[in-house]
Amino acid sequence: MSAGHSTYTPKSGFGRWMDARLPLPRLVYDSFVAYPVPRNLNYAYTFGGILSIMLVAQILTGIVLAMHYAASTEVAFNSVEKIMRDVNSGWLLRYLHSNGASMFFVAVYVHIFRGLYYGSYKAPRELLWILGCIIYLLMMATAFMGYVLPWGQMSFWGATVITGFFTAIPLVGEWIQQLLLGGFAVDNPTLNRFFSLHYLLPFMIAGVVVLHVWALHVVGQTNPTGIEVKQKTDTVAFTPYATVKDAFAMVVFLAVFAYFVFYIPNFLGHPDNYIEADALKTPAHIVPEWYFLPFYAILRAITFNIGPIDSKLGGVLAMFGAIAVLFVVPWLDTSKVRSAVYRPWFKLFFWLFVLNAIFLGWLGSRPAEGTYVAMAQAATLYYFVFFLVIMPVLGLIETPRKLPNSITEAVLEKKSSVAAATATDQAKG
Amino acid sequence: MKNVLNGLAALGLGLAAVTAANAAEYPIKKPVEQDWSFAGPFGTYDKGQLQRGFKIYREVCAACHSLNLVAFRNLEDLGYSEAQVKAIASEYEVQDGPDEAGDMFMRAAKPSDKFPAPFANPEQAAASNNGAAPPDFSLIAKARAVERGFPTFVFDVFTQYAEAGPDYIHALLTGYGEDPGEHEIPEGTHYNPYFLGSASLAMADPISDGQVTYEDGTPETVDQYARDVSAFLMWAAEPHLEARKATGFTVMIFLVLFAGLMYLTKRKIWSEAH
Repeated sequence: MSAGHSTYTPKSGFGRWMDARLPLPRLVYDSFVAYPVPRNLNYAYTFGGILSIMLVAQILTGIVLAMHYAASTEVAFNSVEKIMRDVNSGWLLRYLHSNGASMFFVAVYVHIFRGLYYGSYKAPRELLWILGCIIYLLMMATAFMGYVLPWGQMSFWGATVITGFFTAIPLVGEWIQQLLLGGFAVDNPTLNRFFSLHYLLPFMIAGVVVLHVWALHVVGQTNPTGIEVKQKTDTVAFTPYATVKDAFAMVVFLAVFAYFVFYIPNFLGHPDNYIEADALKTPAHIVPEWYFLPFYAILRAITFNIGPIDSKLGGVLAMFGAIAVLFVVPWLDTSKVRSAVYRPWFKLFFWLFVLNAIFLGWLGSRPAEGTYVAMAQAATLYYFVFFLVIMPVLGLIETPRKLPNSITEAVLEKKSSVAAATATDQAKG
Repeated sequence: MKNVLNGLAALGLGLAAVTAANAAEYPIKKPVEQDWSFAGPFGTYDKGQLQRGFKIYREVCAACHSLNLVAFRNLEDLGYSEAQVKAIASEYEVQDGPDEAGDMFMRAAKPSDKFPAPFANPEQAAASNNGAAPPDFSLIAKARAVERGFPTFVFDVFTQYAEAGPDYIHALLTGYGEDPGEHEIPEGTHYNPYFLGSASLAMADPISDGQVTYEDGTPETVDQYARDVSAFLMWAAEPHLEARKATGFTVMIFLVLFAGLMYLTKRKIWSEAH
């Protein structure tokens, strides 16, 4: 898959036989052993690998859970409780799966922010970035439908609210909503189709992940300097260097994951989802899972009509727009310099964007009333201004810092400055 | 840059003030955090307490509240022997059938049966209770929690606070009192500043000092009753809590050691790269 020449030489007779017929070992060798990676990758670059194991973990726990789960409104809630109480290690599987979804999003958000910070979306990696956006979108759909399956109060009312968005779309909105629900309200047909799709989408994600990794291996990884690989000393071999670093990061990530699963398994959930769905009782505050909260805040920030667009459609457009804008980021950023490391102003606006996104998440968990609405409107404004104004304009007017000539030079520079600092400390001490 | 940081700090303070102003109206009072034997990384249930809590449930709560997801056999977790569980189950009647004649019949419960509900259906439960069906108790300790708010919820990750449910139940049961006159209390409801939904709830103060007899010398106070029944309900909602925490300890040790070894391996390998 990699762009360079293959250096694989089969050692055994069987290896040569295989290589002439189906060069799978060659593919693996070229992609995950000899594949050159920039030598200056930091731990922010380990989240791609972490995401792939999270996908596998979710699929494995999900398959076993599906053996015990029953997708019928009459029994769904109790079948989950049967898993929690009577299935051997069922509580573990279920907590792994529900917390795993959250951890999956933690990792994907770090991965996306890393991409934004180091300009990973810039040419020639536009398709790589877009494939990533598609994976993110599929993840959101999968997670949303998965949350409906336990058939708790938040499952039911979350599904009601989110499918209700589609009615805002003129002409076809009602039709789309009814297609999603399989009727006029969230009910058994909804639960059945959501279960079916929740089982299907992860495999679609896996397919797009293959394309994502393929595209990555064609163009190569970016790195914190944003400078392309120029010489052999700029890179190290994937194995053992990246493998061992990724493995270390994965184990640390798994430790955080395990901490949530074993000690605070319900921290990221909502208590109302331990109450069985009841179409006649609306919860006091309907809130989605934490990973959707920023978008939920954007949805509810549009409380005013814009010309012919009423506030409901406006909110839906803003929410989908907040995701859609990610797809065009490669063309919104006009900067010639890739990495934020050399862009002092971009760096500032980037971190403000991160804080703003967290702030939006918190606002999404608040009721949409009083000062919260005004704050959500301000934060939504910054969200879009960052992409639509700051990214294009800043690239044209900002004076970047001096770039090193190569990755090797950057690494050596860093080393010598660390050495110098140590020397000064010693001199002082 | 410093100005920006100062600006952000000011913004943060402003937000904190606004948050306080926007705070939800209910509950009027936040629950007081209690000490629970099952809290923390090594938490375990106190079997004596669970048995006392079960006694409270049986003699007081069970008149109105079902426990649909718990089977009699689960009571062995509370330290009862198989024979004791059989004896407890046989005190209950459950419907079975149909028999050969096609009729449903009542029989004494077996350990494999679930606790029978006090009412035939939710409609009957509501009709007998002023229109509000008493909630099932199987998951109540995980289905009720007072929002912790920022920044407490961040600290909760590190303190492993997961006892919001029992804290709430305890607060509610000990929280009944005279309405200070600041709230409108609808006819047939009872003032309780700890109730999540409003200033008062349909359930009257369910228990008083000395109402249930303890054989082990534990004080027969409302506070103690509330504590014991909250612990019992936590067990009912999360019966595998002990296994979870014990497994977690092994898993964490394994992962931390594994991470340490991976880190050393990584350092060794990378030291040869430069």
